[in-house]
Parts: sequence; structure tokens; C-alpha cells
Amino acid sequence: MRKFKEGVIEKTLLTSALITVAVTIGIVSVLAFEAIRFFKEVSIIDFFTDTQWTPLFTDKHYGILPLLSGTFLTSAIAISVALPIGLSISIYLSEYAPKSFRKTVKPMLELLAAIPTVVYGFFALIVVTPFLQGIFPNLSGFNSLSAGLVMGVMIIPFISSISEDALHAVPKELREASYGMGATKLQTAFKVVVPAASSGIIVSIILAISRAIGETMIVAIAAGQQPRLTFDPTVPIETITSYIVQVSLGDVQHGSIEYRTIFAAGITLFTFTFILNTISYGIRKKYQSNYE
Amino acid sequence: MEIVATRNTIKTVENTTNMESEECQKPKISIKNVKVWYDDFQAIKGISMDIKPNAVTAFIGPSGCGKSTFLRLFNRMNDYVDGFSMEGKIKIDGSNIYKKKIHVEELRKEVGMVFQKPNPFPKSIFENVAYGLKIQGITDKKLLASRVEKALRQADLWEEVKNDLKKSALALSGGQQQRLCIARTLAVEPSIILMDEPTSALDPISTAKIEDLIFELKEKYTIIIVTHNMQQASRISDYTAFFYLGELVEYNKTNTIFTKPEKKHTENYITGRFG
Repeated sequence: MRKFKEGVIEKTLLTSALITVAVTIGIVSVLAFEAIRFFKEVSIIDFFTDTQWTPLFTDKHYGILPLLSGTFLTSAIAISVALPIGLSISIYLSEYAPKSFRKTVKPMLELLAAIPTVVYGFFALIVVTPFLQGIFPNLSGFNSLSAGLVMGVMIIPFISSISEDALHAVPKELREASYGMGATKLQTAFKVVVPAASSGIIVSIILAISRAIGETMIVAIAAGQQPRLTFDPTVPIETITSYIVQVSLGDVQHGSIEYRTIFAAGITLFTFTFILNTISYGIRKKYQSNYE
Repeated sequence: MEIVATRNTIKTVENTTNMESEECQKPKISIKNVKVWYDDFQAIKGISMDIKPNAVTAFIGPSGCGKSTFLRLFNRMNDYVDGFSMEGKIKIDGSNIYKKKIHVEELRKEVGMVFQKPNPFPKSIFENVAYGLKIQGITDKKLLASRVEKALRQADLWEEVKNDLKKSALALSGGQQQRLCIARTLAVEPSIILMDEPTSALDPISTAKIEDLIFELKEKYTIIIVTHNMQQASRISDYTAFFYLGELVEYNKTNTIFTKPEKKHTENYITGRFG
């Protein structure tokens, strides 16, 4: 009887694991299947070289570059906000802050990641953009600057929290060795602790980038829906993710070429995040074996 | 600067003294009624002692007797421990190292430390030894190279690593890593070296090498070593201090401690009846 029970439990656990794998495989195959059908009609060379993305217009162009540039632009702005702030926070928390402070502040920072992104998007559109317009009068109502900045705030905890874990995991003995030779706290932090934790810090940055690339709501609300090959942060643009939202919510006919564009865009996005996550996984593996 | 000046005078003292007159030698470290607390727990209960220059002083005693805490007072390594507080005076070369205006970083250049577990930085062998010099702002490559070589030679590691200076220090064996840590400490040219059970993580052969090294180093340095190994204390030290429950039970020449200890307690410990 007992053996039977154990068997049932084991099978249940196995099934849940398999379901996850099956769902992943399912999603990827649907993406791939629809994307392949798309690429039968549109050449992959045009897809990556055409500088216009106008599948919903009469004069149809299927160049992903404008969407990529939008995604790249908002992500770059976000990272340039989140990286310096996130790293400073992590170094402060790990090397300087008293234990009690660290214990209270770290979970509070992680709350930043728990705020629904629709709230961030709304905030970017009705608070940050008007504020920025006070500084840059030329700024459009929809723009990548405001969306990028707010997205940067949202991904701060990805960098600060994971980097802090990595810094904190650096053995106390290394810090003591450095202090013991007459190094100051600052020297110890930047010449010993940060380099020793570099792989963890890189992982945090890659995860943050991956999160920024995949972020949808903020850019869909605040960055506009105008695919445009530009690196000007003041004008409306469109990211891959917001394009997918736009088409999914619109009245595009299922099975049409317009409909399939979202799968082509989706698989491009997936490729990027997949590569980034694989890199970070690889680094993490290497780093774990380094410390054991 | 003050410290350097006194160090030179000590060197001349060293040249003129011999074993008979060592009693009147100025102490390198002088400790007066030192008490240490970690929050409410009193780890050191009023210890006074003098440490002789250019000699090896061993601190022995059972775990938790406060000997490591005591050792870490001399380079103010306890400052980072939560709840640490202390009372009393510790003077190195006559200057109080717990006075308010002391430059802790300068003190630590003068008082080097070797830890229980070899703790090389995850950097190259060269970078490990050059670290202490680089943080002092030395950038001259020739000077760095010569100081690194000198330190590695002093630590008896040069011959083994001279062709692999760019290799990661983590690739060395445990014993080599510990000698690298000693070289790293020596590169800064301290006058005192604190060793906190430096061989407890090493095999007997590596331990013997480190012990030989300590024996050579005491000509130039004042060495204080915490050890759990009675044989080690008797082999390498000139003076031995026995600590128990935060107090200094007995402190004398090693020979005396191991042959005719004054206190029954000391005798029981060194003969292995407790601890």
C-alpha cells in the first residue's frame, strides 16, 4: 500500500514537471510553425534589411529593424538608468550598510519589481512625460525616453538584488586579507569584492537586459505605436512587444499574413531573450563551481 | 612616520643585544589591562603582557579562550565585528593603536596578518603579491616586479612559481597558497606578522615548510602565532602564552612553559589532559 502511495506521488511530481516542459515545447513550436509560414511569404533577407515595418498598411513592408531599434533604444535607456543605480545600491548594501538596514531595505527594493507594470506605464505616461516636457519642450507625448527611464527604475532590483547576493557571497576572508594589508573599505570593495563577484554581477545585468527587452506594458503605454528606425529618444517609436500587443488586440484576421507577423516578431524576441538567458545560465554555472 | 622611525631604532637594539640582556629589551607590543566584549559577552577579561621584538610568541589555549580575538586586536581586525567593544591600552612601538586619531590603514601596513584558511584573491599570483603595494599607489612596474620577487623569495615560493606568475593563485596547492598569503603580507614590509592558526588547514609537509619559514622570518619580524598544536608551539616559538576563558593564565619562555610550568592548569593543558 505504502509503495503504491509513493508511486502515485512520484508520478504526480513527474507529470507536473513534464507538463511544464510540454507547454514550453508547445509554445516554441507554435511560434516556429507560424513564423515559418510567415517566412514562406516574406523573404528572411527583407525581414532583416528592410527599414520599414508597415504590415498593417496598404504599402506593406516587413522590416523588423524599426521594431528592433525601438526595443534596443528603450532597453538601452533602461539599462543606463538601472546599471549605475543598481550597482551602487548593491555595493552600499553589501559593503557599507549595517546589517539591520540591509535586512529592511533589500526586500523594500525588491518591491519595485512587484509593482504591476501597467502602473509603471501609466506613471510614465501621465507623470514622467509631462515632467520631462518641462525640460525638453520638443518631447512628444509618446516617447522612448520616458518609457526607458521608468523601465530602468523597474529593473533596478534585478541588478541590485542579484548583484548584492553575489557580493555578499564573497568570503569574509578575502575582505579581511585586503583590510589586513592596509586597504580601505572602498579599495577592498572595488579591487577585491566586485572583481570576485563579477560573474554574479554580469548575470544580474544580463537578466535585467533580458527583462527590459521583454517588457511590454510600459512601452506599449508610454512609448507609442509608430515603428520608426531611429535612435532619437524624444519621438514615438514601437518595440517588438508593443507591436505584438497592438496586433493581438486589433481586428486582424486569423491566418492572414498580418496575423503571422506577430509570430515572426515573437520568435525574434524569443531568440534574443533565449540567448541572453543561456549566457547568464552558463556564467552562473561556471561561477558556482568556482566557489565550491 | 613615527612607527618607521622606531622600527629602525629597534633594529639597532637588536644588533647590540644578545640572549642574556633580552629582558631589558623594549617590548614591541605592550598590552595593559585589555578587556573585550562582544555585546554582553566578555571575551577578554583584563590581560596585560609585553610581546618581545624579533621573536616568535605563541598563543595557545582551548577553543573559545579568546586567543584569536586577542590576536586580532593588534591590527584592529575586530573593528568590523558587530557588537565589539574594548577597554585598555595596546601600544606598538610605544604608540597607542586604539587612540582616536590612529590611521588604521597605516597600522595594518605595519602589522600584517596571515589567516587560518589560505585566502588568496581570485587573481593571478603576481597580482596577489602586488596587491598591497598597488593599493599604496605604487605603479612603477619594475619596482612592483622586484618587490614581488623579493616577497616570494622570502616566503620560499619563488622557485615554484617564477614561471607561472600570471596563473591564477587558486590553482596552487593549499600549502603554496598559504605561502603566497605570507608573501603577500611580507610584500607590504610590516614589522609584525600575526598568524591565526596558519597551518591548521595544511598537510604535514606544507606545515613543516611554513614552520621553517617562520623560523627564518623571526630574524626580521616580530611574529605572533595562534596555534592549537602544542608540538608546533614548542617547536617554533620563543615565548608561549596560555589563555583560558579570556584570561592569560601563564606567559613565559616556551622552554619553561613546556618543561616546568608554574600553574597546574597550564600543565594539564599542554600534557593533553583537557582542551
